[in-house]
Amino acid sequence: MSEKKKNWPLWEIFVRSKNGLEHRHFGSLHAADAEMAMENARDVYTRRNEGVSIWVVESKNITASNPDHNGEMFEPAQDKVYRHPTFYHLPDEVKHM
Amino acid sequence: MSEKEVKNLEEIFEARISRDEKIEPKDWMPEKYRKTHIRQISQHAHSEVVGMLPEGNWITRAPSLRRKAALLAKVQDEAGHGLYLYSACETLGISREELYEQLHSGKAKYSSIFNYPTITWADMGAIGWLVDGAAIINQVPLCNTSFGPYARAMVRVCKEESFHQRQGYEIMLTLCRGTEEQKAMAQDALNRWWWPSLMMLGPTDAESVHTEQSMKWKLKRKSNDELRQQFIDQTVPQADILGITMPDPDLKFNEETGHYDFGEIDWDEFWQVVKGHGPCNKERMSARVNAWNNGEWVRDAAMAHAEKNANKKVAKAS
Repeated sequence: MSEKKKNWPLWEIFVRSKNGLEHRHFGSLHAADAEMAMENARDVYTRRNEGVSIWVVESKNITASNPDHNGEMFEPAQDKVYRHPTFYHLPDEVKHM
Repeated sequence: MSEKEVKNLEEIFEARISRDEKIEPKDWMPEKYRKTHIRQISQHAHSEVVGMLPEGNWITRAPSLRRKAALLAKVQDEAGHGLYLYSACETLGISREELYEQLHSGKAKYSSIFNYPTITWADMGAIGWLVDGAAIINQVPLCNTSFGPYARAMVRVCKEESFHQRQGYEIMLTLCRGTEEQKAMAQDALNRWWWPSLMMLGPTDAESVHTEQSMKWKLKRKSNDELRQQFIDQTVPQADILGITMPDPDLKFNEETGHYDFGEIDWDEFWQVVKGHGPCNKERMSARVNAWNNGEWVRDAAMAHAEKNANKKVAKAS
């Protein structure tokens, strides 16, 4: 097999299971172009009425955070308890808050 | 990275798994974890894909439109399951082409049960009932395995697979309630598929080389022998309802243990089939290799078409 030959790229598939819900990542597949990715996604991921809308995105277009940097990315949120309602002490008599 | 640093990372990694945390593709993982998962997930994917062949044999000859539609849907599911699993495997940094190459060259294995021939319609019943039954027992615990993409694929597979076993059992039931010849056909299929189905759950614990490590990584939650016992215990009463009997004179319910005792499994046969000397190994592989090679021009043409369209769009925009 020649090294130069291009293989079908990878696509990420997102499906909205019903109106009112967000599109959720369902999986991935290889396809030559977006149209084929859409057709294959329909056959692979919605054979049992799992969806009403499909997004296909070529995987190379997704920028992902690096788990090695999870410390500086996500830890700063951990000590900010004042962002949560339970941080604030109110007497029990205060209702509806 | 120094040896000490790796060891430290490994300890953190093992601790995460024992806390039931999932491992995702970009997380650091020991090389052995990556390799073991590539081996097991790809073997699983190959089994789904090769598993379509024995059933494909009967799609055009199904006895009714109802049976044909069900069999087609089942085989289509198996193609889908292969795809979910290949995708999960590719997140570990191996390409689809490499995976196919490993299958076609014989480097990678697939479930040895698919190297048996499907000679009568009753085999479609026996496969659904027994082979899918054994597969479900193997797969359900994997929905909780430590590697996220594998666990997610398994959840989807298990959800879709529940109809496979029921449709197989229904075929058996129909034959067993039919004429004497039909019932004999069902019994014959059971005779041929029973032992290979028991072998499907893997070598005995004493012979199984990967069990301990796989238990730790939750690639396995129960040992092969435990799974086999569970399969036998739940399947024998189902045969009683059909009114046919397992081809095992030693099979007997043991009041003391609450389980069925069963006869000796012919492990020589198992290893012969695994090593490529089963009745259909060559036929299965040549079907796969031919499908891949004969489809090459289609894959290339689709890619060329996609590139041409993309270039046209660029030209229009500029």
